[in-house]
Amino acid sequence: MLRDLYLYRGFIVQSVRNELVSRFSRSKLGGLWIILNPLSQVLIYALILSNVLAAKLPGVAHQYAYAIYLMAGLLGWTLFNEIVSRCLNIFIEHGNLIKKMSFPRVTLPAIAVGSCVINNLFLFISMLGIFALLGHQFNVAMLWLVPLTLVVIVFSLGIGLILGVMNVFLRDIGQVIPIILQMLFWFTPIVYPVAIIPEVYRHWLNLNPMYPIIDAYQQILVYGNNPQLEGVLTILAVGVILSVVGLFMFRRSSAEMVDAL
Amino acid sequence: MSLLLSIQNIGKSYRAYRSESRRFASWFGLPVKPSEEHWVLRHMSFEVHSGEAVGVVGQNGAGKSTLLKMIAGTLKPTEGKVQINGRIAAILELGMGFNPELTGRKNAIHALGIMGFNADEIHQIIPKIEAFSEIGGYFDEPVRTYSSGMQMRVAFGVATAYRPEILIIDEALSVGDVYFQHKSFSRIREFQEQGTTLLIVSHDRSSIQSLCNRAILLENGAVIKDGNPEEVFDFYNAIIAEKENSTVEVKKLDNNKVQTSSGTGEAKVEEIALYNLKNEVVEVVGVGESVELRVKVKVYHSVESLVFGYGIKDRKGQVMYGTNTWHTEQVINQPKSGIEYIFKIAFPVNLGIGSYSIQTALVDRDTHLTANYEWVDLALVFNVINIDKTQFAGCLWNEPNISIEEILL
Repeated sequence: MLRDLYLYRGFIVQSVRNELVSRFSRSKLGGLWIILNPLSQVLIYALILSNVLAAKLPGVAHQYAYAIYLMAGLLGWTLFNEIVSRCLNIFIEHGNLIKKMSFPRVTLPAIAVGSCVINNLFLFISMLGIFALLGHQFNVAMLWLVPLTLVVIVFSLGIGLILGVMNVFLRDIGQVIPIILQMLFWFTPIVYPVAIIPEVYRHWLNLNPMYPIIDAYQQILVYGNNPQLEGVLTILAVGVILSVVGLFMFRRSSAEMVDAL
Repeated sequence: MSLLLSIQNIGKSYRAYRSESRRFASWFGLPVKPSEEHWVLRHMSFEVHSGEAVGVVGQNGAGKSTLLKMIAGTLKPTEGKVQINGRIAAILELGMGFNPELTGRKNAIHALGIMGFNADEIHQIIPKIEAFSEIGGYFDEPVRTYSSGMQMRVAFGVATAYRPEILIIDEALSVGDVYFQHKSFSRIREFQEQGTTLLIVSHDRSSIQSLCNRAILLENGAVIKDGNPEEVFDFYNAIIAEKENSTVEVKKLDNNKVQTSSGTGEAKVEEIALYNLKNEVVEVVGVGESVELRVKVKVYHSVESLVFGYGIKDRKGQVMYGTNTWHTEQVINQPKSGIEYIFKIAFPVNLGIGSYSIQTALVDRDTHLTANYEWVDLALVFNVINIDKTQFAGCLWNEPNISIEEILL
């Protein structure tokens, strides 16, 4: 499977590029839409919630602290959400192609991950621009974002592959996952700080796999701290296991998948 | 002649499980039996050697496309093995995965990528595709601005950019305008001359007969005939003739419910059949053979006049010949209710080979516009085959007398 990915590397790169081009080919603002979408979300939350929540953000005395906090969390969440959602429908979306052309299907999730990472990169760059405008300091800890992004990719790819394969046979999965993702978003401290959760309930957060990830993003981008490695490494381990399971299921199902598409 | 393709006892089944969780469990090696297993194709074996051109024929649902997909590699056989020695290219559907927002060039690059070519090879191939498709400046315009014919040109150019050892074509031969059809046809022939083995699925007898030197007839997922195209097609037509006539029977039993018929019902066709000179009912007749069409008509209500008309239509519905008893001045005046007539129409079958149908009309004068007692399309279906005549083309048997004289100087 890895050999196929290597042989088809040119095709994967080309496809990621095509995807970007075709998505924005007839829009005036083109690639700007990649970042305008999450940024408008930031703006909405910031306008509505900043007065309520800004005071509760501990340890930062910055006037725009809440906006920065929001962006940090959304950067991580967007990547996770996008990869899972894309992988969920990737085989169904390309059903006709899979049925009519013989090519390594493992390239499909690779293309999806590739374009999600590119999108995330654009988002990150634009966030850096806004940070600069708001007078927020760059810091060395930001280098941690590189390994952290890899962890998110492994984790979300594992989940996405398993769900994507199952979705071909059981289409309910494609309907229910967006709802679950939406719920997970609100159960993760992204638009609100951890501090507002009452002490008694806070231990429940440890069950949320996205909590250590988002927390790491916030530590790095908001506070300039090194992330808490313990939680992130656990997620990495879980992600590796899920990816192996996902690839295994993908392999075993590939013969039947064409029949069900 | 080297062995290019070997199909070894392959079978394909679609499995249904009582629940999808059982299917998921089966991937992890748990012993779960599918609740239902439906075989679309089984115990099929044959070999194809280099230089052969094989036509795959059969009725809808016979398993043709399933077979081709398994050879092309998009479907995996449930049992058995497909062994291929050489590069294989499949045109199962033209223009697969074309993105309307991208240019023809970008789409061609993308499609070649799916086919597994690397960047260097693609770079060399693209100019050839551009030249072959002959769409000029449109090659660098988004595909959404293309006409469907232009899209087909690019798609065919991409699909046949490299000469494969085996080329699979699934009813994609009729692409674009006539000029381009000739062009794509000649490219396929060119490949064939250079040694490419063809595998073609088509319902079009003439394209298979002109390209193939072997045909395989599939029925219910098994090979039932394998031989030269001529022989296989005759066998195939016989099967179809059998089927078509039996459906006609069913229609009659069914009290005209399925048949396309209209009319006020004062008179009706009760029976219709085609007889040969030996007074036997026939469904397949030879070119030039004398036959008699016998039609039994019953009058249900007394009318002023009764005219019987009929027409022989080809497969495409075009009328080959038609007339009625008004024109032949055989109008029946004031037929009484309850009387039955039998119309015997004797004629030689001066038709080209193919499938024909007969429509009948019971009216009051020369057209069905004033009164239409009954009108039935597809009242009878019969096939014309060439048994003892010299080979000819066209829809008409027009026996020539050719004489050749050498001009002495």
